[in-house]
Amino acid sequence: METKKIKLPLTKEDVLGLNVGDMVLITGQLVTGRDRVHKFLFNERPRKEEIPFNLDGAIIYHCGPIIRKSDEGWRLIASGPTTSMRVEMYEHWVIGEYGIRGIMGKGGMGKHTLGALKKNGCAYLHTISGAAVYLAERVRKVIDGWKIDDFGIAEAMWLFNVEDFPAIVTMDAHGKSLHDDIEKTSYRELLRLIGL
Amino acid sequence: MLKLRDGIIELYRKVATSLPPDVEDALKSAYIIEENGSNAKQALSTVLENILLARETSRPICQDTGVPVFYVKVPIGLSQVELKDTIIESTRIATEKIPLRGNAVDIITDKNTGDNTGKGFPVIYFEETHDSTLTIDLMLKGSGCENTGQIYKLPVEELGAERNLEGVRRCVLDAIHKAQGRGCPPYTLGVGIGASKDQVTRLAKDQLIRKLTDTNGAPVLADLEKRLLNEINQLGIGPLGFGGKTTAIGVKVGVNHRHPASYFVDISVCCWANRRGRLIW
Repeated sequence: METKKIKLPLTKEDVLGLNVGDMVLITGQLVTGRDRVHKFLFNERPRKEEIPFNLDGAIIYHCGPIIRKSDEGWRLIASGPTTSMRVEMYEHWVIGEYGIRGIMGKGGMGKHTLGALKKNGCAYLHTISGAAVYLAERVRKVIDGWKIDDFGIAEAMWLFNVEDFPAIVTMDAHGKSLHDDIEKTSYRELLRLIGL
Repeated sequence: MLKLRDGIIELYRKVATSLPPDVEDALKSAYIIEENGSNAKQALSTVLENILLARETSRPICQDTGVPVFYVKVPIGLSQVELKDTIIESTRIATEKIPLRGNAVDIITDKNTGDNTGKGFPVIYFEETHDSTLTIDLMLKGSGCENTGQIYKLPVEELGAERNLEGVRRCVLDAIHKAQGRGCPPYTLGVGIGASKDQVTRLAKDQLIRKLTDTNGAPVLADLEKRLLNEINQLGIGPLGFGGKTTAIGVKVGVNHRHPASYFVDISVCCWANRRGRLIW
């Protein structure tokens, strides 16, 4: 297992250098987006300039954080990943349209996303599911949020400044998916265990 | 009811920010048996560090503070209407104070109420008891894992699952294969078997209140629980779905009588952050 430090925004070359199994530590500006954001982008198709955060070379993090407003600005309490598979029907389009170089979440994604990763030069990063406090400690600052009133705090698009935010590459731009491999081996085990 | 309100707020805090000792012990054991240098071991190490950090800083272990599910055993003579009001008030205050994430979304307007209250939210199950004490169990049920739950109507031909406990075993293994790593393993599973869909779904979730260390009172079910735990861990899905030896840390099976024509099996999946706690009043 190799640990690679990566800086945002990512270039295509950065992404092509990532392989399934690599551990990465991410530094820079991370954009969150989960169910509502993806549904909105896919259906309303806003132009890049209509979105307040720069998505070129960005990582979209599937995360619905706990954030509270304080006198000093936004206070982040907890920010682990949410299940990525729920945005499978949108993500391939989002990656191509907005120049996204990384998708981060948990549980992996399906064949449409895997195809888009290869086609566009993008990687899927799996961070530590449920480790919400540990991961919040790696967010230096919540810079701003978008669509907070419309989507609510948990589903808004947030811009985080992160330092050494850990994740594991589980789907790469070369067509490989750890999730596919595990699905296949677990299916063989299932058939053995039920005698089929 | 003022003191009880504060008690419920503290119960929320305890359940959101710490894990029951049996669950934490099971995760520590899982860490020990995973291979050195594996993604599974690294992931569990972070999970354990997160548990410590959450407890020390009194912050929620997971940002998804779930659907709060209350099991309330009420002594005869105590008003369930008043108890419900107190639970709802406590939920609002706890969400603001701890804080929890507001998770109650209106189906019609798609707006999040922000305070974890709404129609049927939180979930509250009352049961009257002859005991003189009020017992409140709270579970914060994450929704990533809730989404991986399954219901089966036996028989299921593709699985060779007939209407017997062997058929149940096949369904549970199939459900976990379907779940893969999407619900944050290592999982705790509640399995409910019985006559009607609504009843088995509830029964499956009830099982998640049981301690991992308890033994099923029916020896044949205790054997099934043990066997299923062992076999699920042979699937190789592993912690967080990274591959490895620990896909589940507990399997609990509950049964009701069934109708001759029906044999429903519901599987309720709980993530590694199996958050539950009890308040005795």
